[in-house]
Amino acid sequence: MENFEFINAIVLLSNFVIVPALSYGSQLALATLSLTIIYGVLRFSNFAQADWMSFGTMATILFTWLFQSIGITAGILPTALLALPFAIIVTALFCLLIDRSVYSFYRKQKSQPIVLMIVSVGVMFILQAVVRFIIGPNDRKFFDGEKYIVHALDFKNYFGLEEGLTIKSTQLITVIVALIAMISLFYFLQKTKLGKSMRAYSNNEDLALLSGINPEKIVIVTWVISSILITTAGVLYGLDKSFKPFTYFNLLLPMFAAAIVGGIGSPIGAVIGGYVIAFSEITLTYAYKKFFVYLLPENLEPSGLMQVLSTDYKFAISFIILVIVLIVRPTGIVRGKII
Amino acid sequence: MSEDLRAPVAFTVMAVLLAIVGFTQSWSVSLSVINLCIISSIMAIGVNLQWGYGGLFNAGVMGFTALGGLTAVLVSHDPIYEAWDKAGIGIVISAIIFVLSITALLFVFRNIENKQIRNTLIILIIVFGLIGINNFYGPSIDIIESINPAKTGFLGGLGLPIIFSWLIAAVVAGLVAWVIGKITLRLRSDYLAIATLGISEIVIAVVKHEDWLSRGVKNVSGLDRPVPYEIELQQSEWFLNLVERINFSKLEAMQSLSSRQYLLNDLVIDSSGIFVKLCYAGLFFSVLLLIFYLSQLALNSPWGRMLRAIRDNEEAASAMGKNIFAQHLQIFIIGSAIIGIAGAMLTTLDGQFTPGSYRPLRFTFIIWLMVIIGGSGNNLGSIFGGFFIWFIWIEAEPLSIGFMNMLAGGLEYDNPFRIHLLGSAAHLRLFIMGLLLLLALRFMPRGVIPEKIQKK
Repeated sequence: MENFEFINAIVLLSNFVIVPALSYGSQLALATLSLTIIYGVLRFSNFAQADWMSFGTMATILFTWLFQSIGITAGILPTALLALPFAIIVTALFCLLIDRSVYSFYRKQKSQPIVLMIVSVGVMFILQAVVRFIIGPNDRKFFDGEKYIVHALDFKNYFGLEEGLTIKSTQLITVIVALIAMISLFYFLQKTKLGKSMRAYSNNEDLALLSGINPEKIVIVTWVISSILITTAGVLYGLDKSFKPFTYFNLLLPMFAAAIVGGIGSPIGAVIGGYVIAFSEITLTYAYKKFFVYLLPENLEPSGLMQVLSTDYKFAISFIILVIVLIVRPTGIVRGKII
Repeated sequence: MSEDLRAPVAFTVMAVLLAIVGFTQSWSVSLSVINLCIISSIMAIGVNLQWGYGGLFNAGVMGFTALGGLTAVLVSHDPIYEAWDKAGIGIVISAIIFVLSITALLFVFRNIENKQIRNTLIILIIVFGLIGINNFYGPSIDIIESINPAKTGFLGGLGLPIIFSWLIAAVVAGLVAWVIGKITLRLRSDYLAIATLGISEIVIAVVKHEDWLSRGVKNVSGLDRPVPYEIELQQSEWFLNLVERINFSKLEAMQSLSSRQYLLNDLVIDSSGIFVKLCYAGLFFSVLLLIFYLSQLALNSPWGRMLRAIRDNEEAASAMGKNIFAQHLQIFIIGSAIIGIAGAMLTTLDGQFTPGSYRPLRFTFIIWLMVIIGGSGNNLGSIFGGFFIWFIWIEAEPLSIGFMNMLAGGLEYDNPFRIHLLGSAAHLRLFIMGLLLLLALRFMPRGVIPEKIQKK
């Protein structure tokens, strides 16, 4: 068995660090993308974005329940994936309603970004109330279908290793859906006429208006794209873990951290930022003791847990990274201001 | 309505509202609301200094409140000598290593030009600093937390009267604000908001999880009080006499001696509670008055005018030779210090420190609502906002339950929809808060009591 030490160590690391970080990173990247799109086109930091995530996920859960009650399921896949498009439509419509009744006034007045940000705090309160009112503040699981793709025990037996690797189906779904969403977004922004006009509007509003771009259309498209991304992110996160409004609200902070770390306003930066934050949260709080036990000869084995930061600080890590980035390179990894 | 009239009308309305609570619920409830209103007003003044005068969006109010609370514990709790004897030295050594590493980092960062040497040195300092701290810190906190964990399990405090902590909280919050300001104030306004929001989360994480310092989520309760205890009052002669004299006519009306004694007992118990709350209210109100007076003074001084000039036009002020960053740092520190005072007062009033209770909604965003709805740039407005919003926040719950009862009026008692409606009544107050903010921003963007534009 001794030759397997190295493989065991790698499997251990994949099981507890790489796979979870990859799926959390994909969820975060999608959410950050939607934050970035709003920032790039509408030019404000949307404090309500995490609550849009709750709202979208809540809508998905309601549709899931509806489908389940009339007997529609997606077989081995979670029913929520069927419900997702309907939930996106509801979320986008509600987004547009809020935009019409709240944000458009300030846009016409050409208010400062900070005013719009304060307005978004008001929207945040209202959304929190709506979500808690409809579905309540409790934890909800809405996953159904096949739970595992690779199970730790099967993996161990098959390969004859000491360590097992678990891959939940939600993790694979997350990565695949996130990839599809990102690729189509980048295709949309780079290749289609509408995407190009969005970038033009984001880059220079006046010039875009002069060249005949309809600002109202851009605004609508922006909210729709943002709803698609944020609802998808919320559903993937909820499938992977569970849905709870307060937990979702707390995701606002890693989202902002990812946006700034990646370079606010830049979509590529948002994706990079999402993965950076997710990987650092998990790698910095993982106890590497067992990993080193496999790798090192017996007399060098570590005595402590080999943990950089206690898991208590998991939540604070994104901010520690944010603060370091703000000091060292305030523009973020990808220097971006526009979409 | 003319703007000069707004302040008196607003405060009269507020007084009437509080009196209604006093008459319909009880004066004890009304006084509890007032006490928290005063604390909220002080926080709102702190935020108003930063936002209204300085134009800085500090979304880290919660962090400074918690720091104030922590200071109250560290000042007033008795020191745990056993913990200090056994492990104090380890904590002190790790603190020294920490400070030395930070100083070394700053020195290297500023003085060494060669990038390669600089980066190697930075990594070396961080690695050795971490190893050094881990060597002393880990074992020491294990010892400290193992000493009587059910009751103490932390280092304790200085054992001073808790009222000193109000002043010290200002210093602590100010120092932390200095560090945070140095990092974040060069950023654009919404970056500042996000950064401070994040940093306040870090503060909460530390307070929650460093048990040797604050007992973490195990809470510290039974802090001493700056005012007498109810039980002491109930046993003291002068208080009994006072209650008897105030309620003379009521007592006279009683027929038998026993029922008279019975009533007196009830009255004494009620009044002792009210008396304690009045004492707090008096203390808090004097702090509020002092802070209000000083802020007004500052607002009308040349310094205040300069701040407003910077807020309204940074480029012009900069061209006039004003150091924008330094001024922003000053106002950030002062505002945060005031929030720190309020945080310490809050913990004093509660008599306990519960790190788990610090939530951004309650301690950051509600305070912002107070400033914006009250009228940013006007301290009276902030005081009014503090009273008004806190009042709504507290009274929204009974009101929304009533509202829901009305909605569900026609339904059966076991109707699931009715149960859902009543169960969700508590969330209606979030809705009210959001709606108030949006309405104020739309129709009264300068607030209830707007800033006075002074023309000279």
